[in-house]
Amino acid sequence: MSASRRISNAAATEPARDGAVPALSIRRLCKEYVRGKPVLRDISLDIAGEDISAIIGPSGTGKSTLIRCINRLVEPSSGEVFFEGQDLAQLDRNALRLARRRIGMVFQEYNLVERLTVMENLLCGRLGYVSPLKAWLRRYPQEDIARAFALLEQVGLSEFVNERADSLSGGQRQRVGIARALMQEPKLLLADEPTSSLDPKTSVEIMSLLRELCRGRNIPAMINMHDVELARRFADRIIGMSAGRVVYDGAPAALGDEELKLIYGGQEWLRA
Amino acid sequence: MSAAMRPRPFKANPWVRAGWIALAAYVIYAASRLEITWPRFVAGLGHGARFIGRMLPPHIAQPDSLLNGLAESLGIAILASCAGIAISLPVGLLAARNLMPAWATWPARLSIALCRSFHPVIVAILFVKAVGFGALAGILALALGSIGFIGKLFAEAIEEISLKQVEAVRATGAPFMNVITYGVLPQVFSRFVGLATYQLDSNLRNSTMVGIVGAGGIGGTLFAAFQRFDYAFVCAILLSIIGMIMAGEVLAGWVRGVFLERGKVEQE
Repeated sequence: MSASRRISNAAATEPARDGAVPALSIRRLCKEYVRGKPVLRDISLDIAGEDISAIIGPSGTGKSTLIRCINRLVEPSSGEVFFEGQDLAQLDRNALRLARRRIGMVFQEYNLVERLTVMENLLCGRLGYVSPLKAWLRRYPQEDIARAFALLEQVGLSEFVNERADSLSGGQRQRVGIARALMQEPKLLLADEPTSSLDPKTSVEIMSLLRELCRGRNIPAMINMHDVELARRFADRIIGMSAGRVVYDGAPAALGDEELKLIYGGQEWLRA
Repeated sequence: MSAAMRPRPFKANPWVRAGWIALAAYVIYAASRLEITWPRFVAGLGHGARFIGRMLPPHIAQPDSLLNGLAESLGIAILASCAGIAISLPVGLLAARNLMPAWATWPARLSIALCRSFHPVIVAILFVKAVGFGALAGILALALGSIGFIGKLFAEAIEEISLKQVEAVRATGAPFMNVITYGVLPQVFSRFVGLATYQLDSNLRNSTMVGIVGAGGIGGTLFAAFQRFDYAFVCAILLSIIGMIMAGEVLAGWVRGVFLERGKVEQE
């Protein structure tokens, strides 16, 4: 009840872009790890449609914290995070767990369970739906297994089904990481620097794969990126952060030197 | 010239020096207090030689009690290991400070510390007094020791896992038990198997000893033979214990191999 009232309030104060109900609305989000030293200052954002939103900004500016405050791997200090009609910041443990099932996440260092096989890692994406006993015995519904095989094909790892995750290369691991997130059938995808541990060629391949798979499923994605060029190339929208605030929010085409100076500070580095 | 002016680069630590002097002083004091003298040692060598002479050739005076004792020791070792391993898994999980809140880790760590505080022989004496003579006391004593040993090292192994893998499983909305079975256990499973087989090995050794205090197994037969001065039989028992321990090591190695084969093959 109160959650739905809250969301109408939020929508009233700041209508979503294009008038559609956004997949994710962040309102006045703040985070302090240490009292008096805020990492996130008053962030408000709407993520709508099937956009790829890239968050760029200098290291230590709170990009990772922002992403993690959404699914509460990091607890926000204050503010609201509306997703599918509820404020994630208010949910109790169990409700939060149920909400997390609808939010996929891709990590910088892949975070695969190293000693499990590729298939087992993919099925990790269904762990929110499978009882502990069945999960332990690897008794997954047939449709989950079928979906896993289909996804493996889409990310090009069909012949690695029974390989252990720690035998794969970085690019292959991130493909497994993406497939695992999509196994959840998420309504939102969060990615924390998914290409920072990869070489430039693999980075482009991974970003193309992410964009293609998200667009094919109408999943909006919020992606932290440290590579401005990669963000320009793959994102529909760029959110620039500096010192815990959003200082730029717009199309990649509009991101010029002035804006980059605002985000990263200084200008020496901009001269080619 | 200028090199000579520099201070010595190696600092003298007076505390270390004082420590060495104190240790040497204590060794001399303890040796004199315990009346350890050279003539006493030389006399002891003669006794030892005569003792070994009486042990040879080994002779199996009571084949029935030898076989029964060995079988009982084996039973004690395996039952105590199974019980200890089964209980130490949840206790070790509860004691891991990176996964569990303080209200869970404190009682778990306390019970592990209690299990570890006494030597198995002392625990065996306590259990003989509590539940009477026989194998049950031995099983309980060794099971308790196993919980202490595996529980402590297993908890430490869990505290060293990569939390990134756990974070990823949590982010999928998995319930806590699934986070444990998918995010935590795969990371520590091979360690756990290693600890468990080591403990099986060690329980086999200890099960030959708890009989000395009446807690069942070959130790009782051995002690009785000692008291009868039947040293040829003592020797036969010692040799058969060696045989059983070696067989146990082969068995433990085989168990490790079965559980960890997948890891070994794909580890390169």
